[in-house]
Amino acid sequence: MIRTVFLTACMMLMSPNALWAENIKLAVTTSFHNSGLSEVLLPAIKDDLELTVQLLVVGTGQALRLGEAGDVDAILVHSRKAEEAFLSAGFGTHRREIMYNDFVFIGPVDDPANVGASETAVAALQKIAVARSPFVSRGDDSGTHKKERSLWQAASLETGEFGSWYRSAGAGMGASLNTASGMNAYIMADRASWLNFGNKGDLALLFSGDPVLFNQYAFLPVNPVLHPHVRNDLALKLEEWLIGDRARELINSYTVSGETLFIFNAGPND
Amino acid sequence: MVKTILPLEISNASVRRRGKTLVGPVDLILAEKGFTTVIGPNGAGKTTLLRMMHGIERLSQGTVTWHGPNAEVRGRQAFVFQSPIMMRRSVRDNLTYPLTLGKTPKTEARQQAEDWAERINLKSALNRKATVLSGGERQKLAIARALIRKPDILFLDEPCSHLDGRATREIEELLQGAHEKGIRIIMSTHDMGQAKRLASEVVFILKGRIHEFSPADAFFDTPGTNEAKAFLSGDILE
Amino acid sequence: MTELFEGLKAAFLLLVRLDADLVEITLRSLQVTLSALVIASAIALPLGAILAVRRFRFRRATIAVLNALMGLPPVVVGLCVYVMFSRSGPFGVLGLLFTPTAMIIAQVIIIVPLIASIAHQSLRDLWAEYHDLLISLNTTQRQRIATLLWDGRRALLTASLAGFGRAIGEVGAIMVVGGNIDHATRVLTTAIALETGKGNFALALGLGFILIALAIAVNFAIHWLTRTEVEGRW
Repeated sequence: MIRTVFLTACMMLMSPNALWAENIKLAVTTSFHNSGLSEVLLPAIKDDLELTVQLLVVGTGQALRLGEAGDVDAILVHSRKAEEAFLSAGFGTHRREIMYNDFVFIGPVDDPANVGASETAVAALQKIAVARSPFVSRGDDSGTHKKERSLWQAASLETGEFGSWYRSAGAGMGASLNTASGMNAYIMADRASWLNFGNKGDLALLFSGDPVLFNQYAFLPVNPVLHPHVRNDLALKLEEWLIGDRARELINSYTVSGETLFIFNAGPND
Repeated sequence: MVKTILPLEISNASVRRRGKTLVGPVDLILAEKGFTTVIGPNGAGKTTLLRMMHGIERLSQGTVTWHGPNAEVRGRQAFVFQSPIMMRRSVRDNLTYPLTLGKTPKTEARQQAEDWAERINLKSALNRKATVLSGGERQKLAIARALIRKPDILFLDEPCSHLDGRATREIEELLQGAHEKGIRIIMSTHDMGQAKRLASEVVFILKGRIHEFSPADAFFDTPGTNEAKAFLSGDILE
Repeated sequence: MTELFEGLKAAFLLLVRLDADLVEITLRSLQVTLSALVIASAIALPLGAILAVRRFRFRRATIAVLNALMGLPPVVVGLCVYVMFSRSGPFGVLGLLFTPTAMIIAQVIIIVPLIASIAHQSLRDLWAEYHDLLISLNTTQRQRIATLLWDGRRALLTASLAGFGRAIGEVGAIMVVGGNIDHATRVLTTAIALETGKGNFALALGLGFILIALAIAVNFAIHWLTRTEVEGRW
């Protein structure tokens, strides 16, 4: 009997991972995945290109590391400075802008810091700091976290000097939203993650629309000179699709709760 | 292959643990034939002496020499412990275990196990777990398991100390049968009646040293030392 | 509290509909963890027996290290395995990263110390019981180890099932080395982490209940297969 169990287990181990012929590994950020857009795009890509896109949903920092190590074929992230550093170090071949969405400020419905009446994103953050209202930061070096830090900087505030009201979650967008919901705190999130988030509690969208909050997504194929095994051919094929008409239509028409999340703006290579 | 690994020659052998001498120094020659009982008060070193002879107690000095090549010597001895060690298996598997260690074919081993189970009245219990047997049954099983490899010599450490009269008699019959088949037996015991019934020679041990080694009749009739006299008359020896 | 009921409802609905994705990730959970369990047991059980029977120079140190490794955070194991199997790592050419095989390797590393430690503890007691008899019968080391493994199989099953419990519920390591790729490396625990991140607590809880039910079912199945409960006291 033990032998049967053993053999069965061996067979399970040996069985090939039932994968299709063509696979591409793409590292994407949690905020992109949380938007739900991938569930629309991936089947369309499968139909048009007979290409299975395997998504690795990680933070921007980890996505870049996976690209550097050659563990994925391409990355789709939203942190311009980090992307440029990635390119200048030779880890990627080029950067292709695909689309953008925007960040929003979320907070308690009663808005103790009066963020909703702000003119700019920077002003909103200054109000939170003055009121010392609880604020949850991603704290994970992700694209969203980097954006948040740059905004604090623009507001001439030093996050390191904040008191205990500034909480660093060290987690993904969803987990950080859960934390903010639990603490009834302010948080900066991408609109997509917020709309798809299922545990809103007493939180509400308080501020959005400042152009500084626009969030550009870019596609970067991993450099095949550094990593000969990466499927650069598939990455280019996918890129071509992503800047094409079908992608434009799907991205621009994708809505959650009636709201458009992404604006297609594919442009020339940087 | 030698005919028998006996005689056993022990010369100047001692077992010391933590600076305390448990047995020795001992000089002793055990002849090819015989039924030896080792007697003496509690703590005299009977168990250690037997274990030392069997080679499972490390010698601190001296030698224990068998008549034969080392590879054969260990396989041709058997030892029955005071509280029988029952393997967590069926009676049958306990009996076949020593045979499976060698190259005995499985069917042959099972046949022998059934023969022995019959001899010790445990045939109906062959498939029962050995750990649920009564004390007497366990000890009979332990002896059968020791004899199944047809050893030249069988050591027994107070095999009947926890048993009632009936079980004791069964075991004595078993041992007498083995002795008659030519198996050399060395047994420690507290029971002087048992020693008289079974033994052909007696080792009297006190504080780790052998005080007398003589034929059984002579020992019980006319003990040679004052200590043996006192022990036989029931005095407490310190 | 309502979320718990919502979770139970979600689990019930998933089961009733026999959701295709659910079946897939459940089977993959089983495939990965049972494979890891078989491999880890094949390593850890004999190791536990060797530690019980043999007296070698670094025995105490080995036991101490095993006990310490039991508390190793899975995510650390995951990172180590990632570094080894990354395309830039020493075993990168094998291309095993983000495959179920890499997940199995990580889980083997996580549960070997646990199984070996528990196995060693129970076999040490059995060895104390058998020591004199097996020495007297002049058994070889190999025979001693085989005897302890066979006669201690009930306790060893417990050790293995403890390893199974740790592996099936583990998320940190397989998230890093598996990548939680849909239709390739997603398993129950990484799916739970994903849904929790989205705030879909009911679905996450539902998957959690299914995970618990699966663990219980596997325990019963293994006990039934080996029929240990029927044999009684051993």
